[in-house]
Amino acid sequence: MGEIKLMKGNEVLAEAAIRCGCDGYFGYPITPQSEVMETLMAREPWKETGMVVLQAESEVASINMVYGAAATGKKIMTSSSSPGISLMAEGISYLAGAELPCLLVNVQRGGPGLGTIQPSQADYFQAVKGGGHGDYKLIVLAPSSVQEMNDFVDLGFELAFKYRNPAMILADGAIGQMMEKVELADYKPRWTKEEVVEKNGGWATTGKPSSRKKNVITSLEMASNDMEVRNINLQAKYRKMEEEDVRYEAIQCDDAEFILVAFGTAARVCQKAVEVARAKGLKVGLLRPITLFPFPKTIIKELARKAVGFLSVEMSAGQMVEDIKLAVYDAGSNARVNYFGRMGGIIPTPTEVVEALEDKFSWELSYGVKRSY
Amino acid sequence: MDIQDIIKPENLVYQKTKLLTDTPMHYCPGCSHGVVHKILAELIDEMGLQDKSIGVAPVGCAVFAYNYIDIDWQEAAHGRAPAVATGISRVNPDAFVFTYQGDGDLASIGAAEIMHACNRGENILVIFINNGIYGMTGGQMAPTTLEGMVTATTPNGRNVELNGYPMRITNLIAQLPGTSYVTRQSVHTAGGVRKCKKAVKKAIQNVLDKKGTSFVEVVSTCNSGWKLSPVASNKWMEENMIPYYPLGDMKDSVKGEHSEN
Repeated sequence: MGEIKLMKGNEVLAEAAIRCGCDGYFGYPITPQSEVMETLMAREPWKETGMVVLQAESEVASINMVYGAAATGKKIMTSSSSPGISLMAEGISYLAGAELPCLLVNVQRGGPGLGTIQPSQADYFQAVKGGGHGDYKLIVLAPSSVQEMNDFVDLGFELAFKYRNPAMILADGAIGQMMEKVELADYKPRWTKEEVVEKNGGWATTGKPSSRKKNVITSLEMASNDMEVRNINLQAKYRKMEEEDVRYEAIQCDDAEFILVAFGTAARVCQKAVEVARAKGLKVGLLRPITLFPFPKTIIKELARKAVGFLSVEMSAGQMVEDIKLAVYDAGSNARVNYFGRMGGIIPTPTEVVEALEDKFSWELSYGVKRSY
Repeated sequence: MDIQDIIKPENLVYQKTKLLTDTPMHYCPGCSHGVVHKILAELIDEMGLQDKSIGVAPVGCAVFAYNYIDIDWQEAAHGRAPAVATGISRVNPDAFVFTYQGDGDLASIGAAEIMHACNRGENILVIFINNGIYGMTGGQMAPTTLEGMVTATTPNGRNVELNGYPMRITNLIAQLPGTSYVTRQSVHTAGGVRKCKKAVKKAIQNVLDKKGTSFVEVVSTCNSGWKLSPVASNKWMEENMIPYYPLGDMKDSVKGEHSEN
């Protein structure tokens, strides 16, 4: 059993980074995640593990520092919140294009624009569909507890290096700011110079010995044929992620007629909503995607065979609902897919979710059958 | 005497450094890039730094620098090379890290990144090629384009009322306490090449000695962008560029000191 503490989600990100053997953090302050760098600076991990922490002049600079450091084969991370992630979009596209493993954290706040500092999930599209230019995907992990803020740092690095791809923890201001009990991971030593060369020397810029050809980190191909091959390889990698690394949690879905689909803070609300609905005699379950990319399509398809309806509950105008619709459509199911959510930094209540379910599926609830089209 | 009698090891006075690859360079004949690449490759070889060197290539004409010098390289986004180099250097303090940037990359889109990297005194070498024009994209105005100079986006000459003034960014860099050695050189004459090599060598040694950021501007020609022959370009540079961007050391001190300049 690891050390148990009461901590803020943002503080846990910092603590988990130090403990998992992270080599460097580059960031820029932005609410509601500034505690990540503040915690790191107070902890001074360079004295303890040798981990580097640097405050950059902008998010544009910090993501490019991540690029440079990650390209040397080390464990590198940054964190920010929505407007900062938009500034990083260029660098994230380059990281994906050059296939560099690294860990990004978005503690989302409400948008668009300067928006609000309150929690939101409105960066779903930006995180799972690319966000920057070109065809690329991030591995996107959605924590719904402070414990998962801890666990996903190590998992994020593991998946990032497995695929040589940036991974993102897509949290929100509520998970970042709230305090919960957390079991911290044990310390893992940072990779030694030799270990970095052994693991990543085949591609990383570790300094060219005479025994190998030079390693060049780039996303540039002047010949269209070569660039298409690069793209084909990237897409093959993303398909492999879909085959091997989908993660989700299904709660009371076995007998459910209605499935709530929600991640992060919205999933916490929906856990309570399931209880409220069940107490009213409604057969409701919760599917909580943990990886938003790769999206848990297969389980949705399976559930769509017998479920009457899906309600996507999001702290946005309805983004993930599109992916649920695609999966249900792929399954050839006539289960109906609806959305309920709040925007602008408002977290829906469990009662609101149950009322929305009853309202949007009033026809199905009255007749107890699937609507045919 | 037959030529074969002359080609003997004992008669060898100069050869292409082995760190310069045999890849044909894409640079236009007359361009300064090739000479500066050669200087860098020679010094990395002579100073025994091949396995410690990580170069950061820019966006601009030198985007393919990684094809020509046989070391590990990273290709940066436009203007971001100093941030990329910061990341590399911070987690690899024993590496010799350098950026190689043009005027659009360094003085325009990457102005924030170069200022802050130099201000932090990142232990890196910056090579700054200033030819007063965007070569790669077809000869548009750069921050360093001279007043009245014709480019694709200043077809009637740079008008300072509209476009602002040619920027002497190296003078600004010299003011930053994070820099230790800041100099402006050229490679359009044999003497210039020798001086420039000496300056780059000193700059590299400063990085190895962890003295902070060393910055070498090379006032360069872009005969394609300037629409001049290589020889006429050298002359035009001497008559127009160098008076505005005078050659010589601007700062030679230790990190933390403000320049007198």
